[in-house]
Amino acid sequence: MADKVPSEFDVVVIGTGLPESIVAAACSRSGQSVLHVDSRSYYGGNWASFSFSGLLSWIKEYQEESDGDEWAAWQELLLEAEEGVALRKKDQTIQHVEVIRYASQDSDEHVEEVGAVQKNPAPVTSASSNDPPDSTGTACSDTSELTAPLNEPETSQEVPDVDVTLGNESHGGDTDCTESPLEQEKAENVPVGEAVVDVPKKNRITYSQIVKEGRRFNIDLTSKLLYSRGLLIDLLIKSSVSRYAEFKNVTRILGYREGTVLQVPCSRADVFNSKQLTMVEKRMLMKFLTFCLDYEQQPEDYKAYEECPFSEYLKTQKLTPSLQHFVLHSIAMTSEGCTGTLDGLRETQNFLRCLGRYGNTPFLFPLYGQGELPQCFCRMCAVFGGTYCLSHAVQCLVVDKESGKCKAIIDHFGQRISAKYFIVEDSYLTEKTCSDVAYRQMSRAVLITDRSVLKAESDQQISILTVPPVEPGSAAVRVIELCSSTMTCMKGTYLVHLTCPSSKKTAREDLESVVQKLFTPYAEAELENEEVEKPNLLWALYFNMRDSSGINRDSYNDLPSNVYVCSGPDCFLGNKNAVQQAETLFRHILPNEEFCPPPPNPEDIVFDGDGMQPEVPAPKPEAAEDVTSQGDAEEHSEE
Amino acid sequence: MDGTGDPGGFRIIASPSPPFIYRQHGRLKVRTTDEQAEAKRVEREQKLKLYREATEAIFQKRQEGHLDESVLELTSQILGANPDFATMWNCRREVLMHLETQKSPEEFATLVAAELGFLESCLRVNPKSYGTWHHRCWLLGRLPEPNWTRELELCAKFLEADERNFHCWDYRRFVAQKAPVPPAEELAFTDSLITRNFSNYSSWHYRSCLLPKLQSLSDSQPPGRLPEDILLRELELVQNAFFTDPNDQSAWFYHRWLLGRADPKDAIRCLHVSRNEACLTVCFSRPIIVSPGMETLMLFVDRAPLPVEWRTPDGRNRPNYVWLCDLPTDSFNGQSPQHSFSLMWGDVQKECVLYQGLKESWCQDSATDEQLFRMELSMEKSTVLQSELESCKELQDLEPDNKWCLLTIILLLRALDPLVYEKDTLKYFQTLKVADPMRTAYLDDLRSKFLMENYILKMEYADVRVLDLSRKDLTVLCHLDQLLLVTHLNLSHNLLRSLPPALAMLRCLEVLQVDGNAIESVEGVVNLPRLQELSLCDNSLQHPLALQTLASCPKLSLLSLERNPLCQLEAAPEELRAMLPNVDRILT
Repeated sequence: MADKVPSEFDVVVIGTGLPESIVAAACSRSGQSVLHVDSRSYYGGNWASFSFSGLLSWIKEYQEESDGDEWAAWQELLLEAEEGVALRKKDQTIQHVEVIRYASQDSDEHVEEVGAVQKNPAPVTSASSNDPPDSTGTACSDTSELTAPLNEPETSQEVPDVDVTLGNESHGGDTDCTESPLEQEKAENVPVGEAVVDVPKKNRITYSQIVKEGRRFNIDLTSKLLYSRGLLIDLLIKSSVSRYAEFKNVTRILGYREGTVLQVPCSRADVFNSKQLTMVEKRMLMKFLTFCLDYEQQPEDYKAYEECPFSEYLKTQKLTPSLQHFVLHSIAMTSEGCTGTLDGLRETQNFLRCLGRYGNTPFLFPLYGQGELPQCFCRMCAVFGGTYCLSHAVQCLVVDKESGKCKAIIDHFGQRISAKYFIVEDSYLTEKTCSDVAYRQMSRAVLITDRSVLKAESDQQISILTVPPVEPGSAAVRVIELCSSTMTCMKGTYLVHLTCPSSKKTAREDLESVVQKLFTPYAEAELENEEVEKPNLLWALYFNMRDSSGINRDSYNDLPSNVYVCSGPDCFLGNKNAVQQAETLFRHILPNEEFCPPPPNPEDIVFDGDGMQPEVPAPKPEAAEDVTSQGDAEEHSEE
Repeated sequence: MDGTGDPGGFRIIASPSPPFIYRQHGRLKVRTTDEQAEAKRVEREQKLKLYREATEAIFQKRQEGHLDESVLELTSQILGANPDFATMWNCRREVLMHLETQKSPEEFATLVAAELGFLESCLRVNPKSYGTWHHRCWLLGRLPEPNWTRELELCAKFLEADERNFHCWDYRRFVAQKAPVPPAEELAFTDSLITRNFSNYSSWHYRSCLLPKLQSLSDSQPPGRLPEDILLRELELVQNAFFTDPNDQSAWFYHRWLLGRADPKDAIRCLHVSRNEACLTVCFSRPIIVSPGMETLMLFVDRAPLPVEWRTPDGRNRPNYVWLCDLPTDSFNGQSPQHSFSLMWGDVQKECVLYQGLKESWCQDSATDEQLFRMELSMEKSTVLQSELESCKELQDLEPDNKWCLLTIILLLRALDPLVYEKDTLKYFQTLKVADPMRTAYLDDLRSKFLMENYILKMEYADVRVLDLSRKDLTVLCHLDQLLLVTHLNLSHNLLRSLPPALAMLRCLEVLQVDGNAIESVEGVVNLPRLQELSLCDNSLQHPLALQTLASCPKLSLLSLERNPLCQLEAAPEELRAMLPNVDRILT
C-alpha cells in the first residue's frame, strides 16, 4: 500500500515514540520534508496504549519465539562505495512478560471484544484476519468504524462518538452471548459503591466482561504523567499541539505509611481542609513548603546539609515523622538515603511550582492514555507535510564510505530512500551497534482492579502513590491508578500501573510484593465477606522494558555522524528527557531554527503586496494524499 | 447513563489559575510587533467609527422617543463591546419598559429570554461589569415569575471561574434573598468555595451575614451574636486557615468578626442634674443628633413634660454621645423636698432624683456592670476563647513576627479580662510594634484606647470621680463619654498633641492637668462650666490665640502655661489677659 513513498526527504525518522515524534513535528514545522516510519502497525512504540485485545496481541507477539533477527537481502542492494548498518527486524526491548488472570471466565468460553477492530490495532495478521468478529454481531453495523483507515492517528474527539455508538448497540444487540444481560446492565449502570450494598454478588466483573468491553481500555506500556509546568506541557502549548489532546488533572497524591494508604495534603487547599493534620502540623508543613518554593533565596537554611541525604535534612525541619515521610516519598518522590538535600529541595520545588496551574495536584494525565501524545506530534508533523508509513520496516542504513555519512535507508520492499538526516529509535539498532551499551531495565506491572486503593466520596479519582522500598537501597515503586473517566478502562474497574527500575531478574519479582500489599487476588476475596479493605485484582500483567535513556552517543558502534539516536521511555514520572532529547537533536539538525514555534495566528497573517499568497507554510495537498494518514489529520487540525 | 459520555477532560491552555502562593493580581500584556500594532490601529479605528455611529443613532432615537427593538439591537452592539456604558443600559431599560406595555405577554417573555441571554454573553466579556449585573438585578426584579434556580446556577458558574468576583457575590446575595434560599444552603455554598480557596473575603463576609440568620438560632440569643456551638465550629475553621497561611488577611478579619461584640442596645448611660448650672446632661450609648427629624427626647420633671432646648457640649450640631439642656430654675427650686427628672428616648427611659440641699444628682450605668470593654462571656465561651488564645500563642511560637497573630492575641487577652492581662497586653504591644513598624502610630492609639478603658474600669471599681492618667504614653483620648462625672483629670506627661472637642463632654471637670505633652490645640476645653484650674506647662502652644476657647469656661481662675513656645512672645501675657479677663492668674 505504501509503494508510492517518494525516494527523497530531508529527514527520515524511524520509530514513532515520543521523542522521535517531537523531532519529526519540529522538523516538519520548520519546512523540512519528513518521512516518519515505524515497523509496527501502531503509533508510539513502547509509548503506545492498547485496547485490551490489542494488548493481548502485543503480549502474544512477545511471548512467541522470534523468527530470526536479521534481514537477509539488503547487502545486494548496496553500491560499491557504500556500506550498510543493519537495523533490527524484531524488537527486543520487552522481556519476562507474564499474565495472570484472576477474574473468572464465565461459562461462555469464547468471548470477543465488542467491535473487534481495536483502537490501536494490533498487527493486522494476528487480530483482524485470524479472529474475525463473530459472537457479537455488531461489528459490521458501524460503517464509520470500518471505513476509517486502520493506521490513522486517532482524534480524541472522534473516539467517544464511536464508543457511544458501539456501546449502545452492544447493550441491545448482543444480549444473548453473555450469560445474563440483566446483570450486565446493572453492573454497568449502577455506581460501584451502591452496587456493593444492594447486589453484592452481581457487580463481580468477569474476565469475559473485560474482554467484551476491551475497547474501553487504553493501556499504556509506559506509565507517566505530565508535570503541569513541565517541558512537555510548555511544548504542547507553545506549538499548539495541545489542541489535539485533552487532559485530566490527577486528583490525589497518595502516600503509603505503616501499611495504610493515605492522602497526602500538598496544596494550600489540601492543607487547609486536611482532617489528619493538627494545626501545628499544618503550619510546619506550609512553612516548609513555602520555603522550598524559593529555597535558593535562603541558602543559609540548608547550606550545612548540602552533603547530607534529604531525609536527614528533613529531620531538622521540625516536621513530624509522618510529614517527613510525605515530603520525602510523595512530594519530592525521592527515596531514603540516596537523594541529597539539594536534589530533594529541587524536586520539592518542582512539585510545588506545578501545583495549582490546572488544579490541586501538579500532574495531568492525557485522556485515552499516554499513547495519545506521540500521535499528537505526528499529527502536527503531518499537518505541515510530513509523510507517515506504519508497518514499514527498514532493513538498513546506507553509509557512504568516503564521507562516512549516511545517505539513505533501504526499506522492507528494498526501496532506497535518501535523506540528509536520520533519526533512529534505540530499539531499532542491532546488537552489533549496541554491543558496548549497558542498558538498564525497568519493571512494569499493569493491573485491572475493581475498586480504588483509597475509597473517597467520588469513585472517579486519578491517583499517584509512591510505595517506599522495603529494603533500603532498592527503589520505590510508583503506582498510578486510573479511573474509567480517563477513558483508559471500563466502568467499574480501575487500571493500575506500577513502575520501578529493575533490581531483580523479572518485573514480577520486583513488583509482586507491592501488588500483594495493596490488592487481594480475586479468588481469595470471593471466599471472604464483602468488607475486604483492599481492592480485588482481576487481571495482571508483568513485563520488563529496556530503559535506553541517558546513553552517550559514543557508546554506539559505527554510527554515521548524521544519524541520531532517540532513547525509549525512561523510568521517571515526567517526560522531560523526551522533550530535551528532541530539542537537542533538532538543534543539531537545524541550529538556526526555532524549536516548534507557535503556528501563525490567522489574524497575524500578513499578505504580500499582491495579496495572493499567505506566508504560512501551508501543508502541500499532493503530499498529503499519497500516504495513509495525513489527509485526515489535516482536516482535524482545523477545529 | 452510559459510561461513554463526556469524560470531562480539558484542553490545556497557558492561562494561569491560582498559584500555590497568592500574590498580587496582575496580568502580563503581550507585546506586539510594530506591524501588528499598525494593523490593530487601523482595525481599532474602524471599530471606533462603527461604535460612534451606533452611539449617535441611539441617542437620536432616544431623543425622538423611538423606543423600539431597533434600539435594543443597536445598544446590544455597543454593550457587547463595552458593557460598562451605563447610559446604554438605561436606554435598554427605557425600551423594555416601553415594550412591556406594547407587547403581548408571550412576546415580551421572548424579549426577556433574549435579554437574559444577552446579559450572560456580556458577563462573559466582562464578568466584573457593574452595569451588566445591575441590569440583570433590575430585569429579574421586574419579572412576574423569575427563575431563581437558573440565576443561582449562573452565579455558581461565574464564581467557579473567579471565586473572588464580588460583583457576582453581590448578585448571589440578591438572588438568595429573593428566591429565597435558606441561609443554611448558602452557608454550605460558601463552605464549598472556602474549601477550594480560603483567601476569599467575599465568602467569609457572606458567612458573617448568614450565620446570625440561621434558623436554628434560638430567640433568646442576643441579636447579632452566635450560639456557642456555631462559634466554636467557625473558630476552628478559621483557625485552620490561619495556621495554613498566617499571612492571609481574610481569615484574620473573619476571626476578628467572630470575636467582636454586637452593637450595644440603645441605652441612656447617664443622667446628670446640676442645680448650680441649672442644667441637665445626658449621655447616650451611641452618638445621636437630637432634632425632630432624627431622635426625639421627652423630659418629664416631676412627671410633667417639660419642653427644653437640647444642645451638645461643644455647641456643634453633630452626632454626639452627650446632650444637655438648660432647666428653668423653678423646675427644681419648688417646695417639695425632691424633684424627679425622667428622660424618654424611644422606649428607653432613665430617671434621677435631686434631693433638697444637694447641688447635683445623677443616675449612671456602670461600665463594669455593662462589661463595655469586653465580650459578653459565658463560662463556655471564655473556655473557647482561652483555647483560642492557646492556639494563637502556639502559632506565635512558630511565627514570632506575624502581626496578625500578635494582634489577635492582644484582642483575645482583652476579651478574656482586660485588667488581669494588662501587663501581658502591654508586652505584646511592644513585640507587635517591632514586628509591624509601619503601623506604630495605629498601635499606639490602640494601646492608649485599651489603657484608658482599663483606668476607667479601675476608677469605677474605686467609686471615685478622680482619674489619674499621667505617664501612660497616651497618644489619643478615647471613651471621654464615660467621664461625664469626673472632677479631676490628670493627663500629664503623655504624648498628646491636642485636647479634642470630645473633652467638652466632661461637664463636671474642675481641675485638668495636661503638663508635659505636645499640646498645640485646646479646642476641647470649651464650655466647661466648673473648670477652675488648667495646667498646660511644657507643651507646644505656639500662640495665645490657641487658647481662645478657654474664654467660654466661666469659672477658670488658674491657667499655667509655663515653658510653652508662646511664653517667648513678648506680647503674650498682655494678649492673654485681654483675651481671658476672667482668669485670675495666668502663669507664663
